[in-house]
Amino acid sequence: MKTIIRGGRVIDPVRDIDGVRDVIIDDDGRLAGVEPAADSPRDVEVIDATGFLVLPGLIDLHVHLREPGFEQKETIATGARAAVAGGFTAVCCMANTNPVNDHVSVTRLILDRAREANLARVYPLGAVTRGLAGEVLAEMGELRDAGCVGFSDDGRCVMVSSVMRNALVYARTFDVPIAVHAIDETLAGRAVMHEGEHSMRLGLSGVPSAAEDFMVARDCVLARHAGARLHVQHVSTKGAVEIIRVAKGYGVRVTAEGTPHHFTLIDEDVGDYDTYFKMAPPLRSAEDREAVIEGLADGTLDAIATDHAPHESLVKDCEFENAANGIIGLETALPLSWDLVRAGRLSVRRCVELLTSGPARAFDLPYGLTKGAPADITIFDPDARYVFTADRIRSLSRNTPFVGRDMVGEVVRTIVGGRTVFTR
Amino acid sequence: MIWRRKDVVGLADLSVEEITTILDTANSFKEVNQRERKKVPTLRGKTVVNLFYEPSTRTRTSFEIAAKRLSADTVNFSASSSSIGKGETLLDTVRNIEAMHPAIIVVRHPNAGTPHLLARRVKIGVINAGDGAHEHPSQALLDMLMIRDVKGRIDGLTVAIVGDIVHSRVARSNIIGLTRMGAKVRVAGPATLLPAEIERYGVESYYNMDEAIEGADVIMMLRIQLERQRDALFPSKREYARFFGLNNERLARAKPDAIIMHPGPMNRGVEIASEVADSTRSKILDQVSNGVAIRMALLYLLAGPYGDDGEVA
Ligand SMILES: [Zn+2]
Ligand SMILES: [Zn+2]
Repeated sequence: MKTIIRGGRVIDPVRDIDGVRDVIIDDDGRLAGVEPAADSPRDVEVIDATGFLVLPGLIDLHVHLREPGFEQKETIATGARAAVAGGFTAVCCMANTNPVNDHVSVTRLILDRAREANLARVYPLGAVTRGLAGEVLAEMGELRDAGCVGFSDDGRCVMVSSVMRNALVYARTFDVPIAVHAIDETLAGRAVMHEGEHSMRLGLSGVPSAAEDFMVARDCVLARHAGARLHVQHVSTKGAVEIIRVAKGYGVRVTAEGTPHHFTLIDEDVGDYDTYFKMAPPLRSAEDREAVIEGLADGTLDAIATDHAPHESLVKDCEFENAANGIIGLETALPLSWDLVRAGRLSVRRCVELLTSGPARAFDLPYGLTKGAPADITIFDPDARYVFTADRIRSLSRNTPFVGRDMVGEVVRTIVGGRTVFTR
Repeated sequence: MIWRRKDVVGLADLSVEEITTILDTANSFKEVNQRERKKVPTLRGKTVVNLFYEPSTRTRTSFEIAAKRLSADTVNFSASSSSIGKGETLLDTVRNIEAMHPAIIVVRHPNAGTPHLLARRVKIGVINAGDGAHEHPSQALLDMLMIRDVKGRIDGLTVAIVGDIVHSRVARSNIIGLTRMGAKVRVAGPATLLPAEIERYGVESYYNMDEAIEGADVIMMLRIQLERQRDALFPSKREYARFFGLNNERLARAKPDAIIMHPGPMNRGVEIASEVADSTRSKILDQVSNGVAIRMALLYLLAGPYGDDGEVA
């Protein structure tokens, strides 16, 4: 039976659609068309989307699904459940599992589990180096053939410049992007938050902004000379935004992402050692947050990505210096992004781009409301007001500083391949 | 004033009134420390636990003597700082101690903020005896008591703190406490040992020690940790002593009645010349005596008969 999503404001930046339309889904789950509203034919299921936004399915380039190895934090099934609740129809999962995704057997396990979960699409990223050790390249070609859409040692930085150069040059063979967690580990040391006034007050050692600026600059230089594709993950500093802007101006093939926590929070929010605000890279200064927002608005940054990093409470309920890094993000990303729209910092169209076509282009993923393509659609109520409470969370972990926050905007339905996988 | 605070985890939380109350209370305990029988029954039947995750014989002994002079029982609990995964968590350790019903936990820990975490989680009083590079409130309070004893006031004085500011919890607590009490604070040291945004604390910062101590009423020297040389934060002890060591020649720039302080233990010949450390202007040993009085005051205010809601003289 056909389905028609009726009466919603349909936005697809790529096809330049923004207006009230009917979205028609064929009985095989493919998009039959986006058309001006008309009377319903018989034998169709009608989804009333009046007052809602109807968007191409959102894509998150950066999540940690923790399986295999850390199933007490998240599994592929629970991560996919959180993804569709947050409006994401596709997520890219990082390789820092145990074992690391540096071998096709791990890639296949991830894809099998994702198929069993049958919720969001899951695109694995393979490791750049074996065991994330920064020394020997992983078998990128074979991993790509097994289903990896890009490569990253996320959580670690490939510190040796010659290894990074070889990784970028080698990746050209398959024209795959290398995504980087850009922190100079020798400058960061064992520091646990942003280096600034607040770290000084708390007596915590700080990660200088230079640790990120420097690595982003290094990798842009290496990518430029290699002619390779570079993707900068979770950009958090003003300097990194400026460097990426300049690099793009030089024609470097660089894309980049900003996270909701870095464009929403700052180092002062750490308050009195609140471990829910501990992440890597750390929450930066108000000036850095401003630069990330500007970068998202002007196209320097291509995507909003969550860096969804689930942790069980044990590793957050302890001294700040010993606490694990990271917060979950899949279920708060859209309302937090919508805050930027409501504040006039992003246009609606730009916000949708950052969550759909921007990430898709960075890793060559299918996207958009294209006729004949699988119907991946997110329906969003932009006016819903609610308090984000812990019992809403579908992720297996609850490590988020946003519990208790007033939110505006709520995902009401998520459709993957024409099938509704989430309704509020 | 009425003392209402359950914990003392840092100078950052204390008002001028609270600091003054602690200093006044400590003054009254100094008399006890002069007696032949140095003991009052104030905390009889109460237990003070010294929970030290970092070795510090000086501070631990000072708290222990303070507790005993108030007739409290003391238990010393030393542990190595265990991170998650290597056995019992910090919170479990402390919940166990709490279940034995002591009155106060005095905690020293290498991780900044640990006393704050404990204070939020346990019902008994927590005193911070030093947390990472964050605060060391009892040390700063004893320093302030020392200054007030000699100078009669803190307000309006110029205090120069010299050395490794960035890694020093003593410096942080003193900067917060002294500026709150109205002193003008200058800090000095090599640029690698001064935090970039230190002036936001309301202090003046100097790379030149001579300028920093010009006309100062108090010079507070900090212990230089020699492993900082391995971290390439300064090149040698020799060079450090030349630019940031306190000797008699340099001391002549301060006020004629300036006093010299040091939280100990000293590196003689590095941050402080022996002739200065042993001079009559040096208050280094008096600081140690004041330490006991300050710690008695903290234990008394938090656990004593007036600890909950009574009036303190
Ligand atoms: Zn990362
Ligand atoms: Zn990550």
